[in-house]
Amino acid sequence: MTATPRLGDPVITPALVAEHGLTPDEYQRLERMLERTPTFTELGIISALWSEHCSYKHSRPVLKTLPTQAPWVLQGPGENAGVISIGDGMAVAFKIESHNHPSAVEPYQGAATGVGGILRDVFTMGARPIAMLNSLRFGSLDTPRVRYLVGGVVKGIGDYGNCMGVPTVAGDVMFDAAYEGNPLVNAMCVGVMREDELIRAKAEGVGNLIMAVGARTGRDGIHGASFASEDLSHESDAKRPRVQVGDPFTEKLLLEATLELIASGHCVAIQDMGAAGLTSSSAEMAERGEVGVEIDTLKVPVREAGMTPYEILLSESQERMLVVAHKGRDAEVRAILQKWDLTAAVIGEVIAEPVYRVKEGDHVVAEFPGTRLVTDCPFYYPEAAESPAIVALRERDVHAVAERAEESDPAWTLARLLSAPTIASKRWISQQYDSTVRANTVFGPGGADAAVVRVRGTKKALAMKTDCNGRYVYLDPRVGGRIAVAEAARNVACTGARPLAVTNCLNFGNPKRPEIFFQFKEAVGGMGDACRALDTPVTGGNVSLYNESPIGAVYPTPTIGMVGLIEDATKAVGSAYQSEGDSIVLLGTPTNELGASEYLSWIHGVVAGAPPACDLAGERAVIDTLCELADTRLLRSAHDCSEGGLAVALAESAIGNREQPRGIAVDLATWGSLPLRALLFGEAQGRVVVSTANAEAVLAVAKTHGVPARVIGQVTAASAGFTITGGARALHADVSTLSMSFHDALPAAMRRAPADAITTDPAAGVTA
Amino acid sequence: MTSYRVAVHVVPRRGILDPQGKAVTEALHSLGFAAVAEVHVGRHLVIQTVAADAAAAEASVRAMCAKLLANPVTEDFEIASVVAA
Amino acid sequence: MKVGIVRFPGSNCEDDAWHAVVDHLGEEAVILWHKDHDLQGSDVVILPGGFSYGDYLRSGAIARFSPIMNEVEAHAQRGGIVVGICNGFQIACEAGLLPGALLRNDRGYRSMPVTIRVEHTDTAFSAAAHAGQCLTMPIAHGDGRFTADDATLDRLEGEGQVIFRYVDAAGHPTDAANPNGTMRNIAGVCNAARNVIGLMPHPERAMEPLHGSTDGLVLFQSLLATARA
Repeated sequence: MTATPRLGDPVITPALVAEHGLTPDEYQRLERMLERTPTFTELGIISALWSEHCSYKHSRPVLKTLPTQAPWVLQGPGENAGVISIGDGMAVAFKIESHNHPSAVEPYQGAATGVGGILRDVFTMGARPIAMLNSLRFGSLDTPRVRYLVGGVVKGIGDYGNCMGVPTVAGDVMFDAAYEGNPLVNAMCVGVMREDELIRAKAEGVGNLIMAVGARTGRDGIHGASFASEDLSHESDAKRPRVQVGDPFTEKLLLEATLELIASGHCVAIQDMGAAGLTSSSAEMAERGEVGVEIDTLKVPVREAGMTPYEILLSESQERMLVVAHKGRDAEVRAILQKWDLTAAVIGEVIAEPVYRVKEGDHVVAEFPGTRLVTDCPFYYPEAAESPAIVALRERDVHAVAERAEESDPAWTLARLLSAPTIASKRWISQQYDSTVRANTVFGPGGADAAVVRVRGTKKALAMKTDCNGRYVYLDPRVGGRIAVAEAARNVACTGARPLAVTNCLNFGNPKRPEIFFQFKEAVGGMGDACRALDTPVTGGNVSLYNESPIGAVYPTPTIGMVGLIEDATKAVGSAYQSEGDSIVLLGTPTNELGASEYLSWIHGVVAGAPPACDLAGERAVIDTLCELADTRLLRSAHDCSEGGLAVALAESAIGNREQPRGIAVDLATWGSLPLRALLFGEAQGRVVVSTANAEAVLAVAKTHGVPARVIGQVTAASAGFTITGGARALHADVSTLSMSFHDALPAAMRRAPADAITTDPAAGVTA
Repeated sequence: MTSYRVAVHVVPRRGILDPQGKAVTEALHSLGFAAVAEVHVGRHLVIQTVAADAAAAEASVRAMCAKLLANPVTEDFEIASVVAA
Repeated sequence: MKVGIVRFPGSNCEDDAWHAVVDHLGEEAVILWHKDHDLQGSDVVILPGGFSYGDYLRSGAIARFSPIMNEVEAHAQRGGIVVGICNGFQIACEAGLLPGALLRNDRGYRSMPVTIRVEHTDTAFSAAAHAGQCLTMPIAHGDGRFTADDATLDRLEGEGQVIFRYVDAAGHPTDAANPNGTMRNIAGVCNAARNVIGLMPHPERAMEPLHGSTDGLVLFQSLLATARA
């Protein structure tokens, strides 16, 4: 059979090809593949499949350098989600994904559908979602447009996750002008299943039925996948109708129905219809199974009359899935869906002939030979070269930055840093997320360095966290990539969990620019270094390129989602000091480093200097120490030093729990010769502030792992104040002053405009 | 200048998924209202404003809708009535 | 004691309620499907939290017409115990099983721990507590602002139908302790016959040390105390 155009199809012209985002070379490749001119439907299919979002055509060769294997990895990259074993027959499926461009255009729906998509990726593996995390990057809160985006994104995430009954337990949020025109919205989902419930999205078995399940198909978000692969410009405004609307209620029904369907054994494979909808889900399932497929678009349940095959294939209507059911079991599948008031329709079947064929009734509208539609796309090895401007920034002597007059009192600097939106309490955000539903949350937002969620029916708990300091990656992508992994692992280990594996979301600019591809290559290289050193393989993730607006590219932001395991949930450790009189111990060593710090950025408006060094062997030793300390119940609290350095870490453990603040009396004379601001606010890596009732035992454990450790002070009553001595100048602060700086900053910033105001003018943010 | 009361309907844009309307439609069907073909759930706003004449009042409310009251990505609006009040 | 927990489409706290009854109370529980017409011999019915029918139109407005609600209403009329938690409270109000209505919070969705004070102990969901006892447990809702006209509120107060009130750490029902703008800091009420109880906070999420609070246990123990009385 051969495909022929439908009546009324546009004629294929170079302009139409360009409009579909294909280069002339790519178009010629398509013609060679077909040995004829493609139909309009075929052009649409290939435009979606060969978009960066689906094909990874610029990133795949670099991604292949990442470690992906360990004895506990059950499913690595290439599936809906990665899966690891946590012992006793239990497994964890998890993945992170971006929804940056949709959220920039329509923050509420963009973020909501991002959450919906990542949930489907996890439950289509057979896992029940037990936790959600979000990694968000915005511009400055001084900009009304940014406040509008923050309000919309947070409400979109909350409304979707809350309705689904999946607790949103952790994440990370940073603010920097670099994200002004192009916010990052990365959502991560973690699910739990029995190992024997694992199902893969691999079409198999000639004669098996292909079924469209869930919501009906409308004209939503057509070409969203290729949209996600373009720079955001003023024209994006005109592309608005592409944005999809989420329906968490239908998704909740789909979740329950899917898990029931998988348990029933009636289906062989399931895949989410996400970006590029029916096209990519069917092509990817066929490719994994190395089989042919035939689909009839007239059989797809639609929401609107008169939809063309092109529209049906490329629709990104939400809450839909593609199911491959055993031959003859379609009635059983339909019955399960019907119980949940959902529809399921047979739209095609797995065929022996190695082709990808789409019919509209009897008319073949698309037919591709072979079963490798996605990986037959061209791959690119772009030029990579570091920007000399960034080299110059990195080499700048940041110790020469003059102190501000107010800094003569280090308490002023500390209070000001605690009010930096990147550092300040995120309670304004997390209060909008249900973090306790399912009644398994041991530590939710703000309670520990990573969220801790009990695995029901076992003694185990999972710790999970997202991290990435884009400023580090910007100033030194190799080191920044390493730190993103090391910090996420350290955060997970602070709770007492052993870090197990990573999912990543690689947010970068336009890879065709050599300085951007350099960042990508180096940052992924750094991640790989750290993943190997820490034994945390990458099990999947997502690449989001072209994160640019007229003001330039975002900071390169390879967000890490880390999952770790605590064998005994009652041993989990929080980040707040517990008892007066406890000793405060610093693991790791302060250094003279000040580059790339939040201090320089927030206090001085300077983004320069080299990020702190990352000693991976040292990081591993700190992680081992933390795991042993928690396992032997020696820790009252543990909190790592990150943005804002040692002084901020000491303060966060004192005021993080607003209802039960503590004071401290700390002496840093051991390192008194370091410049004061490097000592207090420098961001040297591999450091953790712990509190303990048994300092000697803690020091002994650290010693066995070769980790430098020293008692630096005691936890006191809040009324005794917050005191750090031993540096060039002493720091004395009221605990209540620090607490107000930390807790009131974000609500005050957001109060400046109603969070739910609809001021839709994307261009305003882009030109600011 | 005269005072006008302008009523506006804001509804989900045609063709865009309306999850709320869909759920209400199905609920009505299950309650026996089989004749219901479609339901759309939106907002009704009543704006009291002063303007030179009715046309100016309507134009001003249209501008409000475009800027704030309706989400141009997902919603349509229509002016239901303009009455001197 | 057998507890029936209704699963509406969009419910998401039915498993948590099940674990509270089975794991922490050691009693029998059964999940009831909203399309069924059989309470399966349940002594107590729990309408759990969640977003039944997506909370579209009004929270609880569509769920109250689910087939099983006929049986739940008949059970209540016979004097059987019905407990509505969060969305279940909203459904019970929409169904007319409880007075008042739950409107949109005055400050948006709120997920946080709260302290509630037990005002009366003569209901099946407060009997094991003592009057004035303060309990800490999470709330997580967008529509929890209890609202009724003044005459109704006065009657509820007079008849002792306000069972739970949001209070501060010292036990006082202050404005600062009010998480959603609810009238008179009301967190939970019962009907005139005192056999239907609704509350917005989630006792099923405060059952064991891992939750950070075990204060919800006493409310579930009240069911048992009542059943055995």
